[in-house]
Amino acid sequence: MIYSVLVLASPNSGLAARSAALFVQAALARGHVIERVFFMDDGCYASSDFRVMPQDEPDAMQLWINLATLHKLELVVCISSAIKRGLLDEAQAKRYETASATTHSAFTVSGLGQLVDATSKSDRVITFGG
Amino acid sequence: MQIEDKKSSLIVLRKTPYGSSLSRSALDVALATAAFDQPVNVLFMGDGVLQLLPTQDSTPIEKKNVAKILASLPLYDIETLFADAGALARYNINPAELTLPITTLDASGMRELLHNHDHVLGF
Repeated sequence: MIYSVLVLASPNSGLAARSAALFVQAALARGHVIERVFFMDDGCYASSDFRVMPQDEPDAMQLWINLATLHKLELVVCISSAIKRGLLDEAQAKRYETASATTHSAFTVSGLGQLVDATSKSDRVITFGG
Repeated sequence: MQIEDKKSSLIVLRKTPYGSSLSRSALDVALATAAFDQPVNVLFMGDGVLQLLPTQDSTPIEKKNVAKILASLPLYDIETLFADAGALARYNINPAELTLPITTLDASGMRELLHNHDHVLGF
């Protein structure tokens, strides 16, 4: 089955963001296709490359990066949600003349069209958070 | 961007208008989906029905008025907004006093609506 995943929950609050990553991991392990993972609203915080986790707390982002590396997973962050949260990739950092990019390179910052496109190609869209 | 396949989506809004940014995000998704010519409907459930109140004034909290964004949905061919009749009753909201084009649904109507869409996106 072809799945897309919409992540609305912040990785720092509740379990939904972590559940999303574990769902993707389990679906891939069973041979399903993940068309795209789309991060929106507070879900965008998953892409931050500037976070520093306390040593005794696991970093939820690492799960996404591992999945993206292993499975060529498309991780797309909603541009309108991202930029107001200070999450800018190289292109946006240049455009808005901020000091530097703040998103991890495993994530792409793009528009809502990416969610609509993923939705149209998927059998199921699963929302986490909200 | 051309999107070839057509899949219908139901956007479900269950949160209060200003308690989080989820309402705005949900409406952004509804508008984007419609802009890409994909069939889309919007359902307000539970606390989400508070978004429909015509008298809401968000000026003091310096937020965009959600009712004004909702009023723009018909421009994107989202002609009617579906609302949870039970939730409206719990909040003592008379559907006749709502200025937006509303279709109220009871539990079985909502079940049917949820069933009739390819995708359900919950906010």
